[in-house]
Amino acid sequence: MTSKSKWLSTPYVLWSVIFIIIPLGMIFYYGLTDKTGAFTLENIAAIMTAEHAKALWLSILLSFISTVICFLLAYPLAMILANMKVSQHSFIILIFILPMWMNFLLRTLAWQTLLEKTGVINNILTFLHLPNINIINTPYAIILGMVYNFLPFMVIPLYNVLSKIDENVINAAKDLGANNIYTFFRIILPLSIPGIISGITMVFVPALTTFVISTLLGGSKILLIGNVIEQEFTQASNWHLGSGLSIVLMIFIILNMVASAVFDKDGEGAML
Amino acid sequence: MSKELIHLSNISKSFDGQMVLDDLNLKIHENEFVTLLGPSGCGKTTTLRILGGFTSPDTGKVYFDGQDITKLPPNKRQLNTVFQKYALFTHMTIAENIAFGLKIKKKSKSYIDDKIKYALKLVNLEGYENRMPDSLSGGQQQRIAIARAIVNEPKILLLDEPLGALDLKLRQEMQYELIRMKNELGITFVYVTHDQEEALTMSDTIVVMNQGYIQQIGSPESIYNEPENAFVADFIGDSNIIPAIMIEDKLVSILDTRFSCVDTGFGHNKPVDVVIRPEDVELVEPSEGIIQGVVSHLIFKGVHYEMEVMANGYEWLVHSTTMFPVGKQVGIKVDPFNIQIMNKPESEDEEATVIDI
Repeated sequence: MTSKSKWLSTPYVLWSVIFIIIPLGMIFYYGLTDKTGAFTLENIAAIMTAEHAKALWLSILLSFISTVICFLLAYPLAMILANMKVSQHSFIILIFILPMWMNFLLRTLAWQTLLEKTGVINNILTFLHLPNINIINTPYAIILGMVYNFLPFMVIPLYNVLSKIDENVINAAKDLGANNIYTFFRIILPLSIPGIISGITMVFVPALTTFVISTLLGGSKILLIGNVIEQEFTQASNWHLGSGLSIVLMIFIILNMVASAVFDKDGEGAML
Repeated sequence: MSKELIHLSNISKSFDGQMVLDDLNLKIHENEFVTLLGPSGCGKTTTLRILGGFTSPDTGKVYFDGQDITKLPPNKRQLNTVFQKYALFTHMTIAENIAFGLKIKKKSKSYIDDKIKYALKLVNLEGYENRMPDSLSGGQQQRIAIARAIVNEPKILLLDEPLGALDLKLRQEMQYELIRMKNELGITFVYVTHDQEEALTMSDTIVVMNQGYIQQIGSPESIYNEPENAFVADFIGDSNIIPAIMIEDKLVSILDTRFSCVDTGFGHNKPVDVVIRPEDVELVEPSEGIIQGVVSHLIFKGVHYEMEVMANGYEWLVHSTTMFPVGKQVGIKVDPFNIQIMNKPESEDEEATVIDI
């Protein structure tokens, strides 16, 4: 690398020092000290308290369910897209990407309005003399919000990896006597693992850390780990505890990243 | 001739309104090495895909051993394919790749193990069982693809330009390997290529295709020595294709000069094309030649010299081990046996395809 091209990275290096490295250092500092500034592991151990453990458990559970639903919705769609001609699939991909251009907060707020007890959906159901649905402020609404917001992040890596599978590899499996189901489970699914891991990571991690979706669609009753951390910072003003819990969450995310790095050696599923 | 195994009957196929195969008829016999040869877009790969079951014809029938298999899916057909670029299963070991078809057929473990050993021995890759496909070279991957296909004991092995991705030296080696394998296995090979040398080296029968039509079917010798039209003559090897007039049986006028030949039955004063292979043009002293000309180009090719001789307004391509310098006056002589007379193309379509090349 020439000295000239090294200079080109300066803006980014500055950016990452100011907005990534320093904040991260502060989180570790706060997380590992108490109010007097003395070293402690209490803030991290606080995850073991019933209230925090429950929030973490609920976060993992809801993120897991959302990830599974996203996967089940996205895989067939990605397969259809991968088998289409470019001229046809670009339109469908556009439809999928289109909501992503709108603000995330706005979309979630829209769901709140739709799902309310006297909201748009229930008005329509009443008009049609159908029973109303009451899922606002329940975990179901949170799952719905997660799936809606994060589904494209599952579709795209799956589509990427599936469209790269050589058509002749699938033909070869059939040529050797495999029927469609056998071909799917022995050839297509194993070859798409990098995309699956990548998609799972991109849905699971943001779902695990969200507090906006749970605040807007879960009411104040359902606390996810993201909400707990948010409250420690904004309401309780206990930055030490908030940082400690953040470190715990970070560990979970890093574990997920490591798992995906192990499976996705070639970076095939990588995108965005 | 041995038993007929495949019969393609009146096959037509078009993609997006573009005719790829037009009323194609082809019979393939047991234990035959058949090569479908032609330029890209001639329909050879489509023909192979129809045989393999990956594409269905718009009209026409495919018969296998007398049975109509036109609608049979690929996994129910008694033939296996070696794909272009190998199409190995990259997430499986070599042994798992080879065992893929046998496991589906629910063969016993000992049978599968024996077959893997046998197949790897056949393709000269013993001891590669636990390697991954990505760790093998292109030539080795190609052999594995062949091994994976032949363990299933197909009646017919379809090969789609299997040597296309290999370098020249390896390609030549693999040609001999394929001939050896075919003789050892005693099964029918249907081979697709655009490489005329490959076709001449390996085949029992060559099917020359262009623009969705079969141009000529025959042994390598007959395709080379007696091309039926200018396309075949031009596509297979170098040749001098010269417009001429068939004056009468065994006498043809080439460039206003009378040559005796051996062909009969073309009628009187009929316009024809003659093809004369460059190695069949003899350069002699001007007084001994039938036509006189001047050497205009000279290139050393290793085995022979390639010369161009301007005579009666046509530039004759000549291959000879004797060198004649540029500017030298020479005479041209051709043995009557080496003058191949062909009918002029009947349609403008056919004519156009010749110019395309």
